[in-house]
Amino acid sequence: MPMVTLTIDGKEVQVEQGTTVLEAAKKVNINIPTLCYLKDINVVGACRICVVEVKGARTLQAACVTPAAENMVVLTNTPAVRASRRMTLELILSNHPFECPTCVRNKNCELQSLAEAFGIREVRYSGANPVHVMDDSSVSIIRDPDKCILCRRCASVCEKVQTVSAIGPQGRGFDTVIAPGVDMVLAESNCVNCGQCVLVCPTGAIYERDQTEEVWAALADPQKHVVVQTAPSVRVAIGEMFGMEPGSVATGQMVAAIRKLGFDKVFDTDFAADLTIMEEGSELLERINNGGILPQITSCSPGWVKFIEHFYPTLLPHVSTCKSPQQMFGALAKTFYAEKAGVDPADIFSVSIMPCTAKKFEAQRPEMNASGYQDVDVALTTRELGRMLKQAGIDFNELPEENYDDPLGVSTGAAVIFGATGGVMEAALRTVYEIVTGNTLASVDFVDVRGMEGVKEATVKVGDLDVKVAVAHGLGNARKLLDALQAGEANYHFIEIMCCPGGCIGGGGQPIPTNYEIRQKRIDGIYTADEAMVLRKSHENPAIQQLYKEYLEKPLGHKSHQLLHTKYTSRGQSNQL
Amino acid sequence: MHYYRAHVLVCAGSVCVTSGCRAVKEAILEGITRHQLEEEIKVVETGCMGFCELGPLVVVYPEGVMYCRVKVEDAAVIVNEHLLKGRIVKHLLYQDPNTRKTVTLMKDLPFLSKQTKVAMRNAGLINPEDIEEYIAGEGYLALAKVLSSMSPEEVIIEMKKSGLRGRGGAGFLTGLKWEFTAKARGTQKYVVCNGDEGVPGVFMDRSILEGDPHSVIEAMAIAGYAVGADQGYIYVRAEYPLAVEKLRHAINQACEFGLLGENILGTGFNFEVNIRVGAGAFVCGEETALLASIEGRRGEPRPRPPFPANEGLWGKPTLINNVETLSSVPPIILKGGAWYASMGTEKSKGTKVFALTGKVNNTGLIEVPMGIPLKEIIFDIGGGILNNKKLKAVLAGGPVGGFIPAEHLNVSMDYESLAALGTLIGSGSLTVIDEDTCVVDLVKFFVEFCHEESCGKCTPCRIGTKRMLEILERITRGEGKDGDIEALEVLCDYIKNTALCGLGQSAPNPVLSMLRYFRPELEAHVRDKHCPASVCAFLFDSPCQNTAEGGVR
Amino acid sequence: MMKRVKSVDELIKFKEAALVKIKERQIGDKTTIVVNMGTCGIAAGARDVMMAIIDEIEKRNISDVIITQAGCAGMCEHEPMLEVIKPCSPQVIYTRLNKEKARRIVIDHVINGRVVEEYALMQQA
Repeated sequence: MPMVTLTIDGKEVQVEQGTTVLEAAKKVNINIPTLCYLKDINVVGACRICVVEVKGARTLQAACVTPAAENMVVLTNTPAVRASRRMTLELILSNHPFECPTCVRNKNCELQSLAEAFGIREVRYSGANPVHVMDDSSVSIIRDPDKCILCRRCASVCEKVQTVSAIGPQGRGFDTVIAPGVDMVLAESNCVNCGQCVLVCPTGAIYERDQTEEVWAALADPQKHVVVQTAPSVRVAIGEMFGMEPGSVATGQMVAAIRKLGFDKVFDTDFAADLTIMEEGSELLERINNGGILPQITSCSPGWVKFIEHFYPTLLPHVSTCKSPQQMFGALAKTFYAEKAGVDPADIFSVSIMPCTAKKFEAQRPEMNASGYQDVDVALTTRELGRMLKQAGIDFNELPEENYDDPLGVSTGAAVIFGATGGVMEAALRTVYEIVTGNTLASVDFVDVRGMEGVKEATVKVGDLDVKVAVAHGLGNARKLLDALQAGEANYHFIEIMCCPGGCIGGGGQPIPTNYEIRQKRIDGIYTADEAMVLRKSHENPAIQQLYKEYLEKPLGHKSHQLLHTKYTSRGQSNQL
Repeated sequence: MHYYRAHVLVCAGSVCVTSGCRAVKEAILEGITRHQLEEEIKVVETGCMGFCELGPLVVVYPEGVMYCRVKVEDAAVIVNEHLLKGRIVKHLLYQDPNTRKTVTLMKDLPFLSKQTKVAMRNAGLINPEDIEEYIAGEGYLALAKVLSSMSPEEVIIEMKKSGLRGRGGAGFLTGLKWEFTAKARGTQKYVVCNGDEGVPGVFMDRSILEGDPHSVIEAMAIAGYAVGADQGYIYVRAEYPLAVEKLRHAINQACEFGLLGENILGTGFNFEVNIRVGAGAFVCGEETALLASIEGRRGEPRPRPPFPANEGLWGKPTLINNVETLSSVPPIILKGGAWYASMGTEKSKGTKVFALTGKVNNTGLIEVPMGIPLKEIIFDIGGGILNNKKLKAVLAGGPVGGFIPAEHLNVSMDYESLAALGTLIGSGSLTVIDEDTCVVDLVKFFVEFCHEESCGKCTPCRIGTKRMLEILERITRGEGKDGDIEALEVLCDYIKNTALCGLGQSAPNPVLSMLRYFRPELEAHVRDKHCPASVCAFLFDSPCQNTAEGGVR
Repeated sequence: MMKRVKSVDELIKFKEAALVKIKERQIGDKTTIVVNMGTCGIAAGARDVMMAIIDEIEKRNISDVIITQAGCAGMCEHEPMLEVIKPCSPQVIYTRLNKEKARRIVIDHVINGRVVEEYALMQQA
């Protein structure tokens, strides 16, 4: 790549041709403020907060879209630049409700931070603003367009990363609104509830449905036996809500903190993840041995499941019939556990802590009531848990670590890695290999399926069979695999698909910000947690072994089918004419 | 070919269609049939002749007698008297509102006296639905010339020599644009004709597309040859159904004649043209927004670079020229760049079509050499100010332009001179305003237009124009307050310097121009709560001062 | 009728042929024939004269002639009459015409430039 040399605020900097002024400035430690910019995803030059002076240019230039050029002279901090940025902020604020203290993003809002940094003390312009209806149709995500600054990040993520295009700009000019369509609400759209839009929103215009009050109410109800499960990726992210470094493994503090909230039992979704491996691995072997439909595709990620139901319904027979760990846990909590603990399942209130907004939708799917009740009553996101802990005044960082309750709290390293892209695949391989060959793996680490690359492939020799696997994360990457599959070019046995980039650690319910670097750190945390486990293969989980012995009998057995497997719905597309 | 002793041309431009020319044409045909003159007289529907306020227009050749405001009942008179007996029908002739003299022949119209028609050479003279008439007027000979005797480089050299600048508004050198696209890397390239004419009161592009569609098609093929493209798109607004219809017909005819398609004129050059109908957003005239719209995406501008010459339609090098620019190309090729450059000024060559509107006697489309003094346009061609009122200013460039106040009436109409006055040639809108026009009210109207037409992508244009409009609305309601003018100034300066696209950057132009030339009038509104022109309804003393109804003063 | 134009030469030939379609709308160095078509003229047979002229012009594929008409010239007893106006030469008024005379005027005067004196009423300077 040819290099160009330019001068930014008097400092010479050499960058690759095509680099923007914004990125070039970072190299000389100048952070130009941005609002609409999202590297590689939303590079549109819309908000104009990043304007700089470029010698010879007629107007101020948006640094995020201006390519660095040879001998370019850039000034990022002049009176004209500052005045322009202030005006941009004032105009945006003149079109923004002043509701900071009651906003879900209070103190975690990019607009608020910029207004603070620029010392905006009054807004010189005021006037009429369009009034939009709040869209609370979705069980997962709420849109509040009045707080929207039309940066388009959400729409870009939805279109470019997830290839769902559930929301986009509607209308024109001052009345533009980001919405699923004219007069359409989120619940009617193709939205898969992944919440990637929530993660990138700079303000509080799109956010998770807050269900903490329902949980508080259950905790306060003496009739209720409240159990909770925590997803693998929550333990490496919840610490961020309390100022910990991204990727810090805070399992023990989290368990202790949740217990302090008053839950009767603190269980682990990891237990159900191990169970998933037993069922899904057995299903895979059965498909391979009995000429079933291959490749088999994982079904843990509810955003991904809704995606295929909308966009590739003909490929649904490829999807494993296994429920996700959340739902396996839910079904068992109100059956197996209820029996064991001698609690009336009607009195059990089952909560899950998930990195995910789509889990709220999944918990409410009508078929998810194998226990005779709604298997999971409320799915909370990591962010909602964080808020509950703060409300309870829990000193998270200083809490002594505690352990999960038995028996649904026992798990292996194979379950923890469910939280990162490639983790389900790796966990499955650890178990399938040992079950098929009867040998012990020399190394449990299948590094080929780890990491942030969009689509990963590997071939693993399992006995006589070369098992070919593929892993995709982010629905745009999933789409590539599905298109290949439809074209007859995907010659795999097993595919893992996670809806969100990076897997669950990058889920739409995780702390904000969640960006590339933070995802990477959380993934590191996941593998650290895996290595720290005594047991690292699902089939070695003693609680799982006991569950089969006492209750389920065998993988894919009658009871398993009843409680742990499900079916899918072809949904069609809302924006098809 | 059959010989007709007389040709009756009926203007069927959109304005005349609205004023009923179709019925007039039918009535004339009926009269001709009644008198069995079918073998002698041919009736031809043409594109816009340019004098729209006089429509429906009928011109009888060979004499070239022009009849104005012809009604259905007048048709029989024209047939009985003129066509049958050779007697000119006096009461249907044009009468000069100033001198009260009647004008018999079209060529003697003062309106035409200072005009030089290049881009509009055929509009109103030929039947746009008959390719043979276009060919008869040297049509497709320029294409033949480049294909048979010129290299693409030579075509570009000729275009550069002509000095033609983009007539859509920006005024970029056309030859240079062609050269950039020709030099851009890529095997697939496109030529796009921008027919998304959106400035209120401006309709030369529509007029050309309706009246002379082949000139645009031929030019696109020439451009395709020069830049190495084999596909062209014409983007027309949906509000121009007649233009779309004529274009479709013309494209089909050109294909039938082998003047579009494969192996054109046996030279091995291939070129095809498709039409894309846009939803008619002003912003889609901005070239990157137009490309997005052709691609089926939301019509919004994107930052440049990359310029369309390098990354245009579907990421491929794309040449975008507007209709008027393209229709000037064939004469330049036939007569040479030097011929075109001999007209106009040093930096603004050739001719420009203006849409003359407002308080002037003759409104319509005019084509004049660049550099003509504004005075000649207003008084010699335009016939002076309506009702002998006093000229206040001419607004050039429409809602993104600025004022030329009466004291600058001698300004040379070229890109540079107008820029020096803080206004622009733009797409060729000239709105004449007289002493009864309130500048603040007019500017408010234009700001409202820009606000309504904002695509909503960037902050300065989306919110800035709204706040600007709100201030002006307050001022014209008599609720102006100290600091409003300064707030407007700051906001204008900000939008101009910060908006994403050219349209947003130009939105404050009328306000800035008002501040430059009519500040006292604005101050009167704000400080004295008084509208000197008695237009702003809240700001005059008694209703009878208002000129809105019946001109009572 | 030829439709597809396959070469540059064909296009130029086609253009020449098509020219007649619009030539009447281009005023230049043309001969003008003005036929008096008042009520008196029409009654005396001016229409036949007109048709004969049109026919002759068309037959001979003459392109630079304008045929137009005028009302009564005030000399009704001389009808049908017409006037031939050639560029740079005196106008000639012909009177008491019929179809045959009209054809001869086209051939002799319009095409060959010889005034048909026996039908001519007068020549204006």
